[in-house]
Amino acid sequence: MTVNILLFKITLLIYFVATIFYLIGVISRKERFRQNAVYLLICGFIMHCITLAVRWFATGAIPVASLHESLSFFAWALVGIYLIFYLRYRTVMLGAFITPLALVLMIIGTTTSAQAPALNPMLDSWWFPVHVTLAFLGHAIFAIAAAAGIMYLLQERMLKSKKFSGLFYRLPSLDTLDSMNYKCLTFGFPLMTMGIISGAIWANSAWGGYWRWDPKETWALISWFLYAALLHGRLTVGWRGRRAAIFAIIGFGFLLFTFFGVNLFLSGEHSFRNFTGQ
Amino acid sequence: MHIVIVGLSHKTAPVEIRERLAFAPTAMQRPLRKLLELPPVAEGLIVSTCNRVELCAATKEPDLAMAAMRRFLAEYHEISPGEIDDHLYDYQGEAAIRHLFRVASSLDSMVLGEPQILGQIKTAYGYAAEFKTAGLILNRFLHKAFSVAKRVRTETAIASNAVSVSFAAVELARKIFDRIDNKAVMIIGAGEMCELAAKHFVTNGVSKVLVTNRTFERAEKLAAEFHGKAVPFEYFVDHLVEADIVLTSTGAPNFILGQRQMEEVLKRRKNRPMFLIDIAVPRDIDPKVNNLDNAYLYDVDDLQGVVQANLKERKKEASKAEAIVEQEIGQFHQWLANLEVKPTIIALRRKFEEIRQQELDKTFGNLKDLSSKDRKSIEAMANAIINKILHQPTTVLKQSQNDASGNDHVDAVRTLFDLPAPADDDKEIKPLGDPDQEE
Repeated sequence: MTVNILLFKITLLIYFVATIFYLIGVISRKERFRQNAVYLLICGFIMHCITLAVRWFATGAIPVASLHESLSFFAWALVGIYLIFYLRYRTVMLGAFITPLALVLMIIGTTTSAQAPALNPMLDSWWFPVHVTLAFLGHAIFAIAAAAGIMYLLQERMLKSKKFSGLFYRLPSLDTLDSMNYKCLTFGFPLMTMGIISGAIWANSAWGGYWRWDPKETWALISWFLYAALLHGRLTVGWRGRRAAIFAIIGFGFLLFTFFGVNLFLSGEHSFRNFTGQ
Repeated sequence: MHIVIVGLSHKTAPVEIRERLAFAPTAMQRPLRKLLELPPVAEGLIVSTCNRVELCAATKEPDLAMAAMRRFLAEYHEISPGEIDDHLYDYQGEAAIRHLFRVASSLDSMVLGEPQILGQIKTAYGYAAEFKTAGLILNRFLHKAFSVAKRVRTETAIASNAVSVSFAAVELARKIFDRIDNKAVMIIGAGEMCELAAKHFVTNGVSKVLVTNRTFERAEKLAAEFHGKAVPFEYFVDHLVEADIVLTSTGAPNFILGQRQMEEVLKRRKNRPMFLIDIAVPRDIDPKVNNLDNAYLYDVDDLQGVVQANLKERKKEASKAEAIVEQEIGQFHQWLANLEVKPTIIALRRKFEEIRQQELDKTFGNLKDLSSKDRKSIEAMANAIINKILHQPTTVLKQSQNDASGNDHVDAVRTLFDLPAPADDDKEIKPLGDPDQEE
């Protein structure tokens, strides 16, 4: 396992340097830093892929069973999805939000046990990795939506107040940010929905019931309704811009709480303690 | 050879002086010839725009040349030298190089980063080349200045943000809509500013133009100009649904567009954003409209504010540009120092003399029984050979001082005969960047 931990640490280090570069690039007017930050992030992502692959190979299961593994996987999905968005929109600024978030997830990951979990037999189902992968990909896309939302609010604020900071020149247009919000929603919502459905199917096979109203399920459902409302509003009433941005930010806040808060403050079947039997 | 510049600009002289010292752009031959006739001036160039007049020359005696150029400016324009002396600046050597690089890069312009000045210098250089008043040095100097300006333009954002009100409006629209080529503009009223802004939007790709005016004929006329559609003034609010960008400048004493109406319009547009530009004074649109979601209302002062912010942004970029200029000065200065044709000729002669002396000594050492008369004639013969051989290269080198091939010849001679570099340091002559090919 030591090779794996070493790889994990290298990935974390690269993300750290990339974050520094992004922050310098955003605060100062040094374009070179921002551009190099993207290259660093790509390096970090490749390293991360290797890390996950090695771990997968070593444990024989998709590395999402322990808190450590799932944090790493979440960060990986986040960076991966951002890089896809980067290819499409070329918005370097988005990375200035996503990279620190990935870094924080990785840092929290180092504080948790990196031991391969002795897998609870209940989790030994084909549905489990499907459920978790879909859920994390959905989360990652919604994280992008939230970051785009924050940028939208900043940019809108400057356009309305007519007071422009240096940031104004570097942020993308409102339309780009709003269309990101929509794109995220159209990809994230189905992923999240499928994540919940696959989770229910797995729950049925593991516990003999589709839905048990444990806190995580409840909170996930609340988030799901929030995103459903936003999607509905966008498609029918013409919600967009500011309102959509705020919804995306609140929605991601709920998701984060679902992921962390429920594990920390509430207990239920989804707690990692139950997974590993510790 | 030294480079000197005598001139004046918007920074040193008021327009009353500048207009009297300007050279007509269509008749540059005479002043260029006159400039070249000044005894110390070897090569000359005149840049004359509404904001500046610059005489640039290559000379062996910089101080004499600058004094002569000052006098020339006054005499040519029939002004007493005392009247303009205080407004003139002069630069020589490195300072002159810096000055022209900065001017070409638009760092010395009234509107920092404006692009015209480079074109104007290119035109001025075109005349100097046409009338053959620019030779080896000014050719290199100007091409270098063009490439510095190009570097500044591509490596800094000095020219990237709009500094005119109507162009600022287009850029703001891009910050809201991203693309404006699939957007529609509505023009309300027919102020000049309004038309100008509309023209900017159309040249930047706006696809649809609606025009409304209290007098429908005027609306139709303007609409025809933009290949747009005229809309009766009574119904213009209904057509706002189609408009993404609205330009108003009517003479109306009150608001013609209130918050309520706009709320309705936005609802019917399904909240698609609107960019409203109110150029009228008194204003046409209730400022409260700006508080509505997805409506962005700018009046004249707001746009001015944007222009100011952009200028500030350009100033920050200027320091980067100055650094580029400083880098390039050194390079060009070195080239100039290495250039000297004369030292090359001297070194060449010296080298040949050395060889002659060596070979004569050797020969005389072997032929000890030569009479002094024979020795003299052998010496004379060796001398004659050298002179004959050196005659052609020396003439070519001297001539090449005046055209672009000079540097190549100097390089060739130095390499072929393994001559030491004439400058204090032994650095090689660096090839300078290519004169830029664009435009």
